[in-house]
Amino acid sequence: MTVTVQPPADTSTPWRGFTGEEWQREIDVRSFIQDNYAPYEGGAAFLAGPTDRTLAVWRAVAALFPEERRKGVLDVDTATPSTITSHAPGYIDRDRELIVGLQTDAPLKRAIMPNGGLRMVENGLRAYGFEPDPFVTTVFGTYRKTHNDGVFDAYTPEMLRARKAGIVTGLPDAYGRGRIIGDYRRVALYGTSRLIEAKRAERSRLDHIPSAADVIRDREELAEQIRALGELERMAASYGCDVSRPAATAQEAVQWLYLGFLAAVKEQNGAAMSLGRTSTFLDVYLQRDLDEGRIDESRAQELVDDFVIKLRIVRFLRTPEYDALFSGDPTWVTESIGGIGEDDRPLVTRTSFRFLQTLYNLGPAPEPNLTVLWSRRLPEGFKRFCAQVSIDTSSIQYESDDLLRPRTGDDSAIACCVSAMAVGRQMQFFGARVNLAKALLYAINGGRDEMTGEQVAPATTPLTGEYLDHAEVAGAYDRMLDWLAATYVNALNVIHYMHDKYAYERIEMALHDHPVHRTMACGIAGLSVAADSLSAIKHARVRVIRDATGLAVDYRVEGDYPAYGNDDDRADRIAVDLVRSFMAKVRRHPTYRGAEHTQSVLTITSNVVYGKHTGNTPDGRRAGAPFAPGANPMNGRDHRGMAASALSVAKIPYDQARDGISLTSTITPEGLGHDPAERAGHLVGILDAYTAEGGFHMNVNVLDRATLEDAMEHPDDYPELTIRVSGYAVHFVRLTREQQLDVIGRTFHGAR
Amino acid sequence: MTTGRIHSWDLSTGVDGPGTRFVLFLSGCPLRCLYCANPDTWHMRDGEQATVDDVLARIERYRRFTGLAGGGVTLTGGEPLLQSAFTAEVLRRCKELGLHTALDTSGVLGARADDALLADTDLVLLDIKSFDAGVHRRLTGGRLAPTLGFATRLNRLGVRAWIRYVLVPGWTDDEEAVDGLARFLADLDNVDRVDVLPFHKLGAAKYDALGIPFPLRDHPVPDAALAERVREQFRAHGLRAQ
Repeated sequence: MTVTVQPPADTSTPWRGFTGEEWQREIDVRSFIQDNYAPYEGGAAFLAGPTDRTLAVWRAVAALFPEERRKGVLDVDTATPSTITSHAPGYIDRDRELIVGLQTDAPLKRAIMPNGGLRMVENGLRAYGFEPDPFVTTVFGTYRKTHNDGVFDAYTPEMLRARKAGIVTGLPDAYGRGRIIGDYRRVALYGTSRLIEAKRAERSRLDHIPSAADVIRDREELAEQIRALGELERMAASYGCDVSRPAATAQEAVQWLYLGFLAAVKEQNGAAMSLGRTSTFLDVYLQRDLDEGRIDESRAQELVDDFVIKLRIVRFLRTPEYDALFSGDPTWVTESIGGIGEDDRPLVTRTSFRFLQTLYNLGPAPEPNLTVLWSRRLPEGFKRFCAQVSIDTSSIQYESDDLLRPRTGDDSAIACCVSAMAVGRQMQFFGARVNLAKALLYAINGGRDEMTGEQVAPATTPLTGEYLDHAEVAGAYDRMLDWLAATYVNALNVIHYMHDKYAYERIEMALHDHPVHRTMACGIAGLSVAADSLSAIKHARVRVIRDATGLAVDYRVEGDYPAYGNDDDRADRIAVDLVRSFMAKVRRHPTYRGAEHTQSVLTITSNVVYGKHTGNTPDGRRAGAPFAPGANPMNGRDHRGMAASALSVAKIPYDQARDGISLTSTITPEGLGHDPAERAGHLVGILDAYTAEGGFHMNVNVLDRATLEDAMEHPDDYPELTIRVSGYAVHFVRLTREQQLDVIGRTFHGAR
Repeated sequence: MTTGRIHSWDLSTGVDGPGTRFVLFLSGCPLRCLYCANPDTWHMRDGEQATVDDVLARIERYRRFTGLAGGGVTLTGGEPLLQSAFTAEVLRRCKELGLHTALDTSGVLGARADDALLADTDLVLLDIKSFDAGVHRRLTGGRLAPTLGFATRLNRLGVRAWIRYVLVPGWTDDEEAVDGLARFLADLDNVDRVDVLPFHKLGAAKYDALGIPFPLRDHPVPDAALAERVREQFRAHGLRAQ
């Protein structure tokens, strides 16, 4: 164990040595960071490896993983609906842990959160061999309505049909919507007493406004936020931490921040429970302790390592179907690192490096979802370290800081995979996505589903020619997308109304300003299938094969067509036009709480499931075959190399897809160069060039196919093998066999 | 306007010169290497006709990308010196744009590259197929001497070169021949590195598609130990081999 002198911190001067006034007057973490952080422009040589203490803690919890993997779920507290204060303190190794706090009273033991929906909880329990608790069933089945109940009370028959057919899919109507980032840094910087005071002031500003429905809702929500901050204080006290006051040391800062996040994951089973942008904030505290001689580099790294261990073991009880959709057990604890400030100083600090270093100290892992906000102007040393970590671990994703900064500011963070928001000032209503490929088939079939023959969309005249006529298809598709956008936005309004009503994110919203800026985050899947299909119809000839009922069930492509993903405008423009057009259609429909309309081109790993539920398509794709993930070109059709493929994706305008555009690239080590230094340099060059061309996001996998094939055959040899799929990372061996085959079937850009 | 016959283009990283590069594959090659991975580039007549302007328009499109990614333009094939006038003009125009240029050649038509063409070439990727004239003849159907002469001339002109050496067990792994090549290269001042490229069969499907036999279809590929041995032989002569 590291021997470190730890002089007691003076808790009466938590802000000693800090400068700036604005952040002292009001809640403003960004201005605190700007006034107090020190950019770091050097290399990675200063970093420390793991200490014996760190490894002991990590091994203690890692020892539980094999059993968890085997059973699916290690343990569940079936009887206690989780709240911030519902569970007694839990520890991994109480004597060794530097940062404490678990979701329940034991590591990897999951909690139930029935506010989102009772059925999801009960199905989840039964799937893993647990019996639902009768009292919980009574309470949430009889006395307490859930989000899920509310949504189904207000869905229209049309929404239900669209949902069942899978043309609108993945909707957060039975689980927590997530993608809300509490500004957990506020807990460390201000302490809850000050935060409660600020929230009371916000609430009192509503006292003189007439009590209309929206004002009443705001008052009630603020009251809940204040209550939640009080509960956070009590939960922290059970771990011996007084978070009512500001953190006075680095250890306290990490601990306070984590307790804020822990309160959120105790109460919300959100689809993505992202962390925000914490590393440079924490660096101010770590640097102060280093300067005061309280800690050394090894201890600074230990604090980050311990924090990351906690983030790696966040668990939710979900159903196997949910896990099949999203590959394993994702929590999307996304941490955004790096970027450039509005004053042109890089927001890179030593702690930015320390977070990435956890991938070496603890081994590669999918969580936390480490996201580098990339700019060509980042310091060279940091860029090279990122590239090296990518090549060694395939565990980092990149998003263009140059696109974020002018829109959501230099204190933006990514929620989930690619959704940017200003931390503490902005939230989103997560809207999953619609299936654009299926919508094209509906247009051809007059609104009937190509797999079931059912009339899902309003009946229109089906296209009857032997060959598809481009103008005819384009017109019918446009009308179908009008219907789809209307149905979709209205369904989302229902969902978020009910989520606010029955499963409000009290603690996360307590760590936001009031009023908050909201976006309605719509999304599209199957972009490359739809674009290639339209390209085939336009540039080749597509013959239709119909069944006895006249339903178009298959297509024969005669001739060649340009495919999206080769930097060929003939095809790429079709994809761009689709994105623009659907965004415009979405914008025509009013949103719940006046949220700003956005959309993403993102599928996560659900591209496999969406493909399974979509029939033969006019691009030649077979029924059931996976879609390409996110905004990726279809597998095997991008034959001009990774850069050309990325340039096609970079044409999609970010302003028409402000919720993010996801690209996953897989490149073989040889495809990046001969030796490690050369590979890192080349990857830096590609990221510089891709972002300069307007590219928004890139997952980087540096792998060869043989490794993945071997991992399929011998999963036990590859427990840590991590790969990036659209927007986040997964352990390869935890994917379903279908998903593994999908990944192996993707385009590997390599040496010839 | 000079026109050429083009097989295809792509963007590649780390294999056709430094950085991420625009790589132009020209059609037509006088050699018939037994291990050739690109039999679809053998005949000029199979290529698509393109003007220098057509090609430059494409290259312009990637000027910023390849510039930021530390790359440039590589002409390969086929054998780009088979269309030396076209190649020369493309290289000159690239230099006018300030791009880094590379020429991937077997050197067998080195005489067709005049000094002006080479002055527009920042880097030659010189494929030396064997150092044994007899093996070279049987392996490629062509003579070794022009290639060695070209290497010497590049050295005299001060044109930087990366040597590419395809390692085929039983054909190009002879210790003496490798040593001979290493000694020859060590005497040159312009050789920055030697890339030992293990023979692979990724081109097999192209032979099937073209309906022609792939002579080395059943030939073994080299193992890692053999590749390392050969690299070590080059290193022993002070060359940077990888």
